[in-house]
Amino acid sequence: MAHDTPEKIRSHAEHEYLKKKRSTEMRHQLTSFAIMIFLTLIAFTMVAAGFSAYLIVPIILLLAAVQVVLQLYHFMHLSNKGHGTVAFFMFSGMFVAFITVLALVTIVWW
Amino acid sequence: MSSLAQKKGFGAFIWDYLTTVDHKKIAILYLISGGFFFLVGGLEAMMIRIQLMKAGNDFLSAGLYNEIITMHGTTMIFLAAMPLLLAFMNAVMPLQIGARDVAFPFLNSLGFWLFFFGGIFLNLSWFMGGAPDAGWTNYASLALASEGHGIDFYSLGLTISGFGTLIAGINFLVTIINMRAPGMTYMRMPLFTWTTFVASALILLAFPPLTIGLFFMVFDRLFDANFFVVEMGGNTIIWEHLFWIFGHPEVYILILPAFGIFSEIFAIFSRKRLFGYTALVFATILIGFYGFMVWAHHMFTVGLGPTANAVFALATMIIAVPTGIKIFNWLLTIWGGSISFTVPMIYAVAFIPSFVAGGVTGVMQAMAPLDYQLHDSYFIVAHFHYVIVGGVVLGILAGTHLYWPKMFGTMLSEKLGMITFWFFFIGFHLTFFIQHFLGLMGMPRRVYTFGADQGWDLFNMISSVGALFMAIGVLVLLVNVVLTQVKNVRVGNDPWGDGRTLEWAIPSPPPFYNFAQTPLVRGLDTYWIEKMEGNKEGMVYAEPLGDVHMPNGSIIPLIMSFGMFVAAFGALYFLDDTKPWALAVLIIGLGITFGSMLVRSLKDDLGFHITKEELIEDAKRGGNTDGLK
Repeated sequence: MAHDTPEKIRSHAEHEYLKKKRSTEMRHQLTSFAIMIFLTLIAFTMVAAGFSAYLIVPIILLLAAVQVVLQLYHFMHLSNKGHGTVAFFMFSGMFVAFITVLALVTIVWW
Repeated sequence: MSSLAQKKGFGAFIWDYLTTVDHKKIAILYLISGGFFFLVGGLEAMMIRIQLMKAGNDFLSAGLYNEIITMHGTTMIFLAAMPLLLAFMNAVMPLQIGARDVAFPFLNSLGFWLFFFGGIFLNLSWFMGGAPDAGWTNYASLALASEGHGIDFYSLGLTISGFGTLIAGINFLVTIINMRAPGMTYMRMPLFTWTTFVASALILLAFPPLTIGLFFMVFDRLFDANFFVVEMGGNTIIWEHLFWIFGHPEVYILILPAFGIFSEIFAIFSRKRLFGYTALVFATILIGFYGFMVWAHHMFTVGLGPTANAVFALATMIIAVPTGIKIFNWLLTIWGGSISFTVPMIYAVAFIPSFVAGGVTGVMQAMAPLDYQLHDSYFIVAHFHYVIVGGVVLGILAGTHLYWPKMFGTMLSEKLGMITFWFFFIGFHLTFFIQHFLGLMGMPRRVYTFGADQGWDLFNMISSVGALFMAIGVLVLLVNVVLTQVKNVRVGNDPWGDGRTLEWAIPSPPPFYNFAQTPLVRGLDTYWIEKMEGNKEGMVYAEPLGDVHMPNGSIIPLIMSFGMFVAAFGALYFLDDTKPWALAVLIIGLGITFGSMLVRSLKDDLGFHITKEELIEDAKRGGNTDGLK
């Protein structure tokens, strides 16, 4: 039956490898967490400093895009094996949505 | 529980089809209902051509004519062409990738019943106070001014059937990504599977804009919202954008599976591997992407400005490149092949010049300045009938002949097939070729009549005669179907003798579990490879014979869709003061839908197993049990 998962006995080398892999992953997560906090700080500071809205809005949108990518790759494990198709469909979807919104914004409401 | 065949009464037979989750039976349901709507849409087309047969005709009144052209377009696109293609996708795609069913058999059934009830709801408008009359594009300013409930039937009916199509698209995507047999890499998938894959991705990305547009339309008309009402700060152009952001990918959703069918036909009947398989796959994906970047070419005359028009004109012309790649690859597949001109092949060969003609007029319209002249004239009508009839409908007719033996186990008569082809093909060119010139002579699209002094009489008469030819062709096809099923001469696994892909390696029709053992795929054109190596069984296997897990049938999809159907009537009459029961009907309908969802969620349905012994016994009897219980 499918739900009887066989127990795996790992060799020492495998164990060490997994341990190393997980610590790397943890480090990546902490790093990206720090970056995200920093990006958020930049956003808040910019608003608090009272820059022009034409400067703030595009920069905040850019920071948001960076955050989304970090989130997807480091916290939602998009970089793991077997996620190629998912990533392809997500990015195609984003691309289509982006084109659509861009066109509507420029030719309907400009 | 044993699942293999016993003698059944008629009631059990009907019940089996109402509850089926088997992709092959759902394909037959799609084929029958799509075929029915095709006849309805064809009848409407005949009425249009009778009305336009002579100047000043009064066969139809102006208002009725508007309803008929609207319903002709809507029915043919949403209720005939799409379901007929979904029929072939359902019937063939899982077999081509060596799967036992689609990924979500229950959802497959739900998708069908939603489409079916949506289509019935839309067509009930004829008997309940008038059909929609704002054209199949349903432009908002016109639609919001339309009296009666016609437009509401349109928006609610298409919402329901749109859910069904979206479900089907997602289901096929998951199936192709996850359920390919061992060895079936992406670049070994038959081209029909590839086009199904890309068309499903287009469904996934294109239907949400339509759903949103229809939702706005429903709210504007039935619940007093103002999305498209200019006086209240809305924007009527938004509908056009939303509709065409959906509408342009939609025509690729239609044409790509037809391309897939033709690709299979060219390879089978030229007895050659597809020329430039990789290029064909690449072109398919490219067409899919470009499909989302060109919608505003339907709106050149709206006044988007020269920059927008230039960008979209250029993007539109680029699409001719991957389409050209496909045409040349097909020609080179035929070139030097050992060709047999069977009915499917003759359709495929006729498709190339017909579709190219439609493509060329398409590039002409892509030039925005010229489009100002052609816009809303009969030239446009001629163009889109050339691509849709010359591409999609020829593809559907070819697919019907090609896959009939795989779906029903009998061969359609080649002789009657040829008669159908010639009537249909000549009729098609007779009807639509001359409409190009009517357009250039200034005849506007969607007019219900014209004057005797305008010089359009003769060409319109010729066009109407052509439509009669097409109707005769379709009638001969119906006779062919009836005769074939009455004679009931059974055929073997590979009735065309030159099948290349996995579906031809198993019995016709296949047993309800498709493959007793999952096949191992060793290259493109799996079955051909095995035949060439002298493998009598036509397959090598990836697993030993063992128990097969199958899903149980269920009536819940039908009930769930029926709930939506009931709720739609509630929404339709919501604003009518004379119908206070509308709200109750809306609530009851949604209650039925959500109640059946709840039942489905709470009740475990683990399916059943066919044992190894039953499989062996079934194989002895020919291995094509249809699994009636």
